[in-house]
Amino acid sequence: MTPILEVQDLSVSLGGRRRWLGRSIPPVQAVRGVSLAVAPGEVLGIVGESGCGKTTLGRTILGLQRESGGEILLDGKRVSGLAPQAARRVRNSIHYVHQDAGAALDPWWSIGRTLEEALAIQGIGDRPARVAEVLAAVGLDAGAARRYPHELSGGQLRRVALARILALRPRVVILDEPTSGLDMSVQAMVLTLLRDLRVRYGLTYLFISHDLSVVRRFCDRVAIMYLGRVVELAPTAEVFAAPRHPYTRSLLEAAPRLTGRRAAEAAPLAGEPPSAARLPPGCAFAPRCARSSAACRAEDPALALRDGAEVACHHPLERAMA
Amino acid sequence: MTVPALAITGLRVGIRSDEGMARILDHIAFSIAPGCILGVVGESGCGKSTLIRTILGILPPAAEIVAGSILFEGEDLRAFSEAELNRAVRGSRIGFVPQDPYLALNPLFTIGAQLLEVMRWHAPGERRSHSTRLVELLRRVQLPDPEAALARYPHQFSGGQRQRLLIAAALACSPRLVIADEPTTALDVTTQQQILRLLRELVDELGIAMLFVTHDLGVVAELCDEVSVIYAGQTVESGPTAAMLDRPLHPYTRALLACHPDRSEGFTGIPGAVPSPLRAPPGCRFAPRCAGARPACTGRSPAPQWPEPGRSVDCILYEAKAAA
Amino acid sequence: MLVLRKFLRDIPAVIGAVIILFVVILALFGPWIAPYPEDASASHLLRRLKPPSAAYPFGTDNLGRDILSRVILGARGALKVALVVVGLAMAIGVPLGLLAGYERGVLAEAIMRVTDVFLALPQLILALALAQLLGPSVESAMLALTLTYWPFFTRIVHAETQRLRNALFIDALQGIGAGTPRILLLHILPNILSPIIVRATIGLGFTILVAAVLGFLGMGATPPDPDWGLAVAQSRTYLPNAWWFATFPGLAILIAVLGFNLLGDGLRDLVDPRLRRSR
Repeated sequence: MTPILEVQDLSVSLGGRRRWLGRSIPPVQAVRGVSLAVAPGEVLGIVGESGCGKTTLGRTILGLQRESGGEILLDGKRVSGLAPQAARRVRNSIHYVHQDAGAALDPWWSIGRTLEEALAIQGIGDRPARVAEVLAAVGLDAGAARRYPHELSGGQLRRVALARILALRPRVVILDEPTSGLDMSVQAMVLTLLRDLRVRYGLTYLFISHDLSVVRRFCDRVAIMYLGRVVELAPTAEVFAAPRHPYTRSLLEAAPRLTGRRAAEAAPLAGEPPSAARLPPGCAFAPRCARSSAACRAEDPALALRDGAEVACHHPLERAMA
Repeated sequence: MTVPALAITGLRVGIRSDEGMARILDHIAFSIAPGCILGVVGESGCGKSTLIRTILGILPPAAEIVAGSILFEGEDLRAFSEAELNRAVRGSRIGFVPQDPYLALNPLFTIGAQLLEVMRWHAPGERRSHSTRLVELLRRVQLPDPEAALARYPHQFSGGQRQRLLIAAALACSPRLVIADEPTTALDVTTQQQILRLLRELVDELGIAMLFVTHDLGVVAELCDEVSVIYAGQTVESGPTAAMLDRPLHPYTRALLACHPDRSEGFTGIPGAVPSPLRAPPGCRFAPRCAGARPACTGRSPAPQWPEPGRSVDCILYEAKAAA
Repeated sequence: MLVLRKFLRDIPAVIGAVIILFVVILALFGPWIAPYPEDASASHLLRRLKPPSAAYPFGTDNLGRDILSRVILGARGALKVALVVVGLAMAIGVPLGLLAGYERGVLAEAIMRVTDVFLALPQLILALALAQLLGPSVESAMLALTLTYWPFFTRIVHAETQRLRNALFIDALQGIGAGTPRILLLHILPNILSPIIVRATIGLGFTILVAAVLGFLGMGATPPDPDWGLAVAQSRTYLPNAWWFATFPGLAILIAVLGFNLLGDGLRDLVDPRLRRSR
């Protein structure tokens, strides 16, 4: 099956300014050589800590951020190498749901007007019917159309954000931290809704999250990112049962679990990630890794398939060990 | 039996607003023993931040304590004057670790200047002994290069390092109780793990009591000895963490645990929404969303029951069991 | 409604609003309110420089005209100058500010530098120079004031637009394919309207004052217009005996300017949370 979305060796550099006077600011390599393929209907989780480049990757696939290298393929057709507005036209079937759903709505516009606007921009007719349909699909009553963003709760705002892009009939939806900031009881409802909508509208999800508990339940496959690189890519069950990359294992161990073991008994990962502007040579995780060797500090390992999982590591953990 | 570091009973706090009195806290009761971490768990709008403000005595002018007592090492905090609270309680005998390490430090002053000022305010004395103690504390919270840290500015530290600084600040005046307000929410999981571990070590080592406010049941499971669950300003259940996770008593606790992705197979939520404190339902505030609610639940507030040693639950269902 | 209640609690702002309402009524219905509307141009040499009395509450001027009537009739001119100047300044300044704040690059840079140059020009001196060039008239005064006032709007709109262009809802709009005109006119402009209105209100008062100064210096309105600034200028030679001649037109300027400033400050308190007083 052709992947609906494919990313080949994608790199993105952010910021960086040449100034007339004074020192120039070098760009930060936010995404470094990421390759992914997403099958139609799949939920691919993209997991990592802040600054790992997961949001930048999402925005680049969407098209608002221009890549500095690599290719993006949609249905096997190349859609990369374009400036933001042109990129958005070509990638019309990809849409993005922001982490802060409330801030992604114009505070002066009622929900109904915002939803109709999306349709007007795309030149879609029969707007009231479409708006009513998507509001019902996300579980909001028709009265919500008259409300303003500040009158809605966090969970309702997520639903509005989903309704807004559903109205545009997307095929790929990039969900940026769709559950962060929500209470546990609301989070469960939003996840249920996302699961239903995926089936009903035949959606493919890129699920960007730092919450491993949610990813474990929701995603088919997971890509673990560290400092702009995918370090491990495998089916979710595989990643959680037998992490191959040492960073993945540390991340899984750090996540608080209800089955709890006392914090003092676990061995936390030492130190903090280096700044993306000053990356160490070789594997970016090497300075914090217990298994690192001279080879790790010399050469950045490429993502390679090893019995069922793609891992970028010179010394991956064996399946039996984990 | 030792005197609890903090014991709150029957606490009610109201805030006057244009639309009348909002009962933000309706019935809060728990106690923390020295050397123990109590997790206060609740969803947004349950009154967690009002509870912290009440204990610290920094309620906004429109708010007032309607009833209840707050005993800190046996002394009634409500009897303290504002000046006494300021000089001898807040920041000295009770330390505070805020939620957002990015907002809690003044970007214009060095770390040393900010932390030493706090120490001098509460214990005027020789400057050198303060800075020696501070460096020791910074070393204890595992901040890299503690001597040099005093001369640096907040932006030169990462989020995790700032949280370590704030923990050191909370401990600076040898408190007996530390209140931590979601101190790891803004941090990444690996950093969170480091901070949780540090807090656990410090509590065990110094024998202080800690009130750890959070919405994250996973963090509670990892860190806290005891837990107190709050719903819409009412304490619904208190007891040892392991027992609560294993056999939740209150319907709300059960529902909350069932929402956690680690527990639920098919993402269950809790239908309905947390009531506004202005229009709180009578009786048990969870009753309108509770699957097991009976007519009696909305009639009156439940009386606390102790179905197991060390565990309390505020639910009418257990009153019937106790009577039977 | 909450905003209205809050505004009504701000007594100075309410006073300002009442004053402005009064000035607007005078401007609209002056010829019907004034006791001697013909005194806009007529002169009555027999009753020169009469002190205030029942027939002439504010007295009469050097040409025997009723000062009360002329103060009332002057409101229209003062308000017209203020509205035209501020309106034109907004028409120039707001679009430039939007463009400079949203786009980055050479164009934005160029707009802002030109704005800085105009801001550096002293308003009164430019007005005097222009009046010399074009001949003294109300129109040249208005042109001069417009040319010096638009940069204030550009600056404020530029700053607000820059703040908003990074807002998440703008990002979301770009994500669903919204074009720049739509984002600027339908989303950014309504969101920054309040600071613009505040700036405009204060600007109205300020313009009345500067227009009066120009009239006083003989660079604005020309006789026999019932202009407040002009009247104060003409009264100089009759001071201190005919005190009423200078006092009442002067008070008219003072009160009108005060009204706009009080209202402007009140509006700013409403829209600017940083300056909001808690009570």
